[in-house]
Amino acid sequence: MSRKSKAVNSVGVWRINVVRLVFLSLVLGLGWRLTDIQVLNPDFLRNQGDARHVRKVPVAAHRGMILDRHGEPLAISTPVHSVWVNPQEINVDSVKLPKLAKVLHLNAKKIKNKINSNQNREFIYLKRRVAPETANKVKQLNIAGVALQREYKRFYPTGEVVAHIVGFTNVDDIGQEGLELTHDSVLTGVPGLKRMIRDSRGNYVGGGEQLKETKHGQNISLSIDLRLQYLTYQALKASVQKYNARSGSAVILDIKTGEVLAMVNQPSFNPNSRRGLRNSEYRNRAVTDLFEPGSTVKPFTVASGLKSGKYTPSTIIDTRPGTLRVSGHTIKDFRNYGQISVSTLIQKSSNVAASKIALSLKPEQLWQDFSAFGLAEPTGAYFPGEAMGHLPDPQKWRKLDRATLAYGYGVSSSALQLARGYMVLANGGILRPVSFVKVDKPAQGRRVFSQDDMKQVLTMMERVVQPGGTAQKAAVENYTVAGKTGTVKKAASGGYADKQYLSLFAGVIPATQPRLAMVVMIDDPQGKEYYGGLVAAPVFSEVMTGAMRLLNITPDDLPMTQMRVARK
Amino acid sequence: MSFSSLIEHLRMHLSVVLLIVLIIASSIAVIYTKHIGRSEFVALQKLDRQRDNFNEEWSRLLLEQSTWASPGRIEQQARLRLNMIVPTADMVVVVKP
Repeated sequence: MSRKSKAVNSVGVWRINVVRLVFLSLVLGLGWRLTDIQVLNPDFLRNQGDARHVRKVPVAAHRGMILDRHGEPLAISTPVHSVWVNPQEINVDSVKLPKLAKVLHLNAKKIKNKINSNQNREFIYLKRRVAPETANKVKQLNIAGVALQREYKRFYPTGEVVAHIVGFTNVDDIGQEGLELTHDSVLTGVPGLKRMIRDSRGNYVGGGEQLKETKHGQNISLSIDLRLQYLTYQALKASVQKYNARSGSAVILDIKTGEVLAMVNQPSFNPNSRRGLRNSEYRNRAVTDLFEPGSTVKPFTVASGLKSGKYTPSTIIDTRPGTLRVSGHTIKDFRNYGQISVSTLIQKSSNVAASKIALSLKPEQLWQDFSAFGLAEPTGAYFPGEAMGHLPDPQKWRKLDRATLAYGYGVSSSALQLARGYMVLANGGILRPVSFVKVDKPAQGRRVFSQDDMKQVLTMMERVVQPGGTAQKAAVENYTVAGKTGTVKKAASGGYADKQYLSLFAGVIPATQPRLAMVVMIDDPQGKEYYGGLVAAPVFSEVMTGAMRLLNITPDDLPMTQMRVARK
Repeated sequence: MSFSSLIEHLRMHLSVVLLIVLIIASSIAVIYTKHIGRSEFVALQKLDRQRDNFNEEWSRLLLEQSTWASPGRIEQQARLRLNMIVPTADMVVVVKP
């Protein structure tokens, strides 16, 4: 019995050991797998899970606005939607597809082909940047596999009025021209990233943590006053059309701060639809194009003369017989002015007298004084394509170069540079950088002339718009104006073109307490009238009459009958 | 097993019973917080969408406003509808204190 039970027992022990072993190895195996998954390689499954459910979703950042100095929008980014489709999800034979095509004004067959030929992709655009109403209709159709993506589109509400200054962006919202280009890094936003959890049907059900912060672009306030800009735009456009001129530019600067209050060019362009745009239309001529400033630099010549101490406003210069021969070349006046004072030189715009002043000065001094008005140096505006202009080296000057420089030939400048030079005359001899962006405190300037000299030149320039002057049409009622006309023969290959002129007027208002400086340039006016005093000066008068009212500047030349004293 | 012996049994394993109760409670809490999380997320998404829509509308309104208030239109309205004129120079009077 005992032996038998022992035999049974030993069989039982063997069996139970097998079972134990099996279970032990099962436990060990499971334990090993558990540690493998949980401790040794936990990332594999986590990644697999994430890959199926977690999405990193970009958050669009909008581009900053460009505003005028009073906060009027000049460039706005508004959200628009782009319609895209997932070829792997959409049912090509759906009855809704023709409806979608109709809403988007696309051909249903073409959509079908596009989807079929991109079967291996998950994302193709059907139409980019559709109007909000269209986007709503697409949403209402509710087709599986068709979705909307938010994008931003740039709008320029003022159209061509400020087009040259603001510039424009390309389809990817990157600045291409103008201030959109120079301030691109400030305006551009940085898109953010957020983590989202998606269910099997593609709906977001959780998450939302920010992985990267969305940084929207900053707004910029320009120095431009939209009201003045508009006024200038209208006046210049009308004048360019009236004289059938090739082009035109006008610049208004604030004398105290160096801010550009208005800058207009003709021809202009509509930045909202730029199809077929030519360079000649979007170039900001007032900054990029150079011309010989002609008689408008005579105040600079006179300033140099006053500074040398050799001249006062009443010094008499003999201009007889109305011509002056320098190195075999004849400098002519409009007519023989006889013996005239420096003051009359400016009033009548005598080339002979100006040349005589220039020839009596040291060449280096003359050069220095001209560059003190900012000619041939950067204006500080940092505008794309800004031209520096040219002022020849005094070392290489011949006598004739000095004589012609006195009345603005052999030197080149942009309209903006010329306006900056007049700013020096107006603000008492301080050369300041100009700015397209609103400034709180005027930038540090540099004194280049004495206040007294500038005052004297300005007083002489007042006579230009008075009876007997060359620019009576630049007069602004109730205000004193100091200005100078210029009628410049256009340079052509190998000399000067016949009967092609630039009409110029540069002026400062009010002359007794200057606030604004303006340059008007009209290129190649057709017809009988081409003098600066007849073509460009009226634009100055028209714009400034409005500007004085808009800026509420006190009249400084009011007849006594229009003065009242408020009762205390 | 009689009722009294079950009670006796439970009393002996009081800590286990307590733990079971706690586990059930915490699992219900997990479900509840998950639910709150979901509904809050849905609310957040809704608000996000709303914010985007408001932004969209705001920039559209800004554009609309600047169109209505463009100097050209104002001038036209002032001249034609309100019969306003720019004062001529002799109409200006300066009042000095």
